[in-house]
Amino acid sequence: MASAAAKPDLTEARLATLNMPDGASEAREAALGRVRAMGLPTRRDEYWRYTDPASLTQANAPRAAVFAPPGEVPVFKYIDRLKVVFVDGVFSPEKSDDLTMAGLEIGRLSDALSKDIHWAREFYGTLETAGQDPVARPLAALNTAFATDGIVIRATGKAEKPVALIYLHSEERSDAILHHLVRVEPGAEVTVLEVGPAAARFNEVMEIDVARGGAFHHVRAQGRDHERRAVTHIFARVGEDALYKSFTTTANGVMTRNEHVIEIVGDNATAHVAGAALGDGANAPFHHDDTVFVTHDAVGCESRQVFKKVLRNGAEGVFQGKILVKSGAQKTDGYQISQALLLDGDSSFQAKPELEIYADDVICSHGSTTGAIDEEALFYLRSRGVATEQATDLLVLAFLAEAIEEISDEALRDDIRARLEEWLARRRND
Amino acid sequence: MLEIKGLAVKLEEEDKQILKGVDLSVGAGSVHAIMGPNGSGKSTLSYVLSGKGGYEVTAGTATLDGDDLLEMKPEARAAAGLFLAFQYPVEIPGVGNMTFLRTAMNAQRKARGEPEMSAGEFLKLIRAKAKDLKIDAEMLKRPVNVGFSGGEKKRNEILQMAMLEPKMCILDETDSGLDVDAMKLVSDGVNALRDAGRGFLVITHYQRLLDHIKPDVVHIMADGRIVKTGGPELAIEVEQNGYADILAEVA
Ligand SMILES: Nc1ncnc2c1ncn2[C@@H]1O[C@H](COP(=O)(O)OP(=O)(O)OP(=O)(O)O)[C@@H](O)[C@H]1O
Ligand SMILES: [Mg+2]
Repeated sequence: MASAAAKPDLTEARLATLNMPDGASEAREAALGRVRAMGLPTRRDEYWRYTDPASLTQANAPRAAVFAPPGEVPVFKYIDRLKVVFVDGVFSPEKSDDLTMAGLEIGRLSDALSKDIHWAREFYGTLETAGQDPVARPLAALNTAFATDGIVIRATGKAEKPVALIYLHSEERSDAILHHLVRVEPGAEVTVLEVGPAAARFNEVMEIDVARGGAFHHVRAQGRDHERRAVTHIFARVGEDALYKSFTTTANGVMTRNEHVIEIVGDNATAHVAGAALGDGANAPFHHDDTVFVTHDAVGCESRQVFKKVLRNGAEGVFQGKILVKSGAQKTDGYQISQALLLDGDSSFQAKPELEIYADDVICSHGSTTGAIDEEALFYLRSRGVATEQATDLLVLAFLAEAIEEISDEALRDDIRARLEEWLARRRND
Repeated sequence: MLEIKGLAVKLEEEDKQILKGVDLSVGAGSVHAIMGPNGSGKSTLSYVLSGKGGYEVTAGTATLDGDDLLEMKPEARAAAGLFLAFQYPVEIPGVGNMTFLRTAMNAQRKARGEPEMSAGEFLKLIRAKAKDLKIDAEMLKRPVNVGFSGGEKKRNEILQMAMLEPKMCILDETDSGLDVDAMKLVSDGVNALRDAGRGFLVITHYQRLLDHIKPDVVHIMADGRIVKTGGPELAIEVEQNGYADILAEVA
């Protein structure tokens, strides 16, 4: 059969387009070895059953037009933040703020790996490597091998404001590979924001190590280019008494695959991951896949996965979520919910929730629902004078609320909610 | 104001006729009450007037100040001044009561070509009206009707009515679930809105409410028709003797 040979061919065709940058060459070579050993994914892989990775693995990036609606307020515009700007995956010192802030050490990945910043060189690729077991994530290994840039952040105290990674997209066929490293030292705290399409095709890895008593907050807004493609992997290791919180909102995008791999390794730690996706297939197809793997390997920890998708005009949503509780991880409190609101019969949602538990004293619950708009609520709103479209949007925001509530910071939460409202209103009025 | 002529309605999904020719005319400044046995079609009438789906009008007309209600979308009917206080107010998790009301108010204003109300103005107004109905500020912040007691839901309906100032108000069993004091509050709320330009259609099972909200006309509905119309004394008769006599008389 042709398919047996297809994988190495596909992989080599992709590798032929890439050059390995300097710095951390051992880690990069090892990662390249992993890519070759695993081969890039195809639809035949179980882990890619609901999402076709072809456009993420093909040799060159498919074209994506830049979508810049006039007058649209950028996400996080009103948030006091340190701006780190990438244009088509290339760091822009001119557009970025000065990379200094009390409580943080920030630098460029390319500098960190070539210079003598030990923690970054040693850390680079370690969580990605660990995250390859038990499920292969070849696109993350590809990233480690070929990432051209990224940001490295070490929090030593309480950062005075969030670090915002702003990803601008300008070239129609740009293909960006970024790799970020975050280390939160004991008791330290940092918030990382991410916004923008980044490129026509974007491959991102973020490795995050939260040490004892540290706190890491992450708020991401993926969008709003209709044709953009992205595969992202976040690998987090959460230590004792540490807090890890990540929220992603996604609006538009032909292809988004967000993988989240969290290992809870210290007792009494907390890890929450949430997502709110708005998918509309009207302008371009929309496919959005959240794939989450949370491993409990310590006592008394709590994890939450809250994923909501609103889908219309043929939009497709996927959720693959797993909670693995290892044998020693007693008193685990694990929760997982994935829900889709289908606004029409053309859209679809596929969910694969999984629990694998080897400890006996745990509470784990999971649920997945697919539903339509509540007609009673819709009529109630309309009977008060709110037109169908606006009433639907109110119900859409209500549906997303549980995920949005996962953002701890009130200003960030309000900002995300306001942008979602604005996007919905714009769609309604266009 | 509200003119209903020969209104006949069946369920869309099945062959069940619910309203079988309703004639009713509520003039500006007047209060009409509708009483009638369970299942006689009172709520159906209120739903059809406000535009709920699932019903099919097979005959007749309904107009508000001459405009054909049945041709309008529910939101347009609301903007035209029609308001229904639901028998069973709907819970909407995730939508704050304030957001809900402000959105509704401004949507209606916009539809009528009026300027929107500012957040500050709105807040001032709703605080005052909520106070009159003894609805505390905490309740306003909660999602629409979620976790409200039966009586709180009904008071919330009246608060919405007081805020939106509709010209034709339909109250479907707003008194059910209210304690004696709440009934007084709600009635005061309704009476405060009574004026020459506004009409009321009050659906109730009990004379008690009509002690507070004095109707000009009382109708008895049975099996999808208005079978008898009279003055306030008709409600007293129902209270004392039930429907048997009236139904026998018209049969
Ligand atoms: N959607 C529906 N599906 C099936 N039957 C319906 C529906 N709506 C109304 N009916 C039926 O129509 C009849 C009238 O109902 P309606 O709710 O209008 O009565 P009502 O006069 O308001 O009664 P009550 O005093 O109990 O509130 C009842 O027999 C009811 O079961
Ligand atoms: Mg009824």
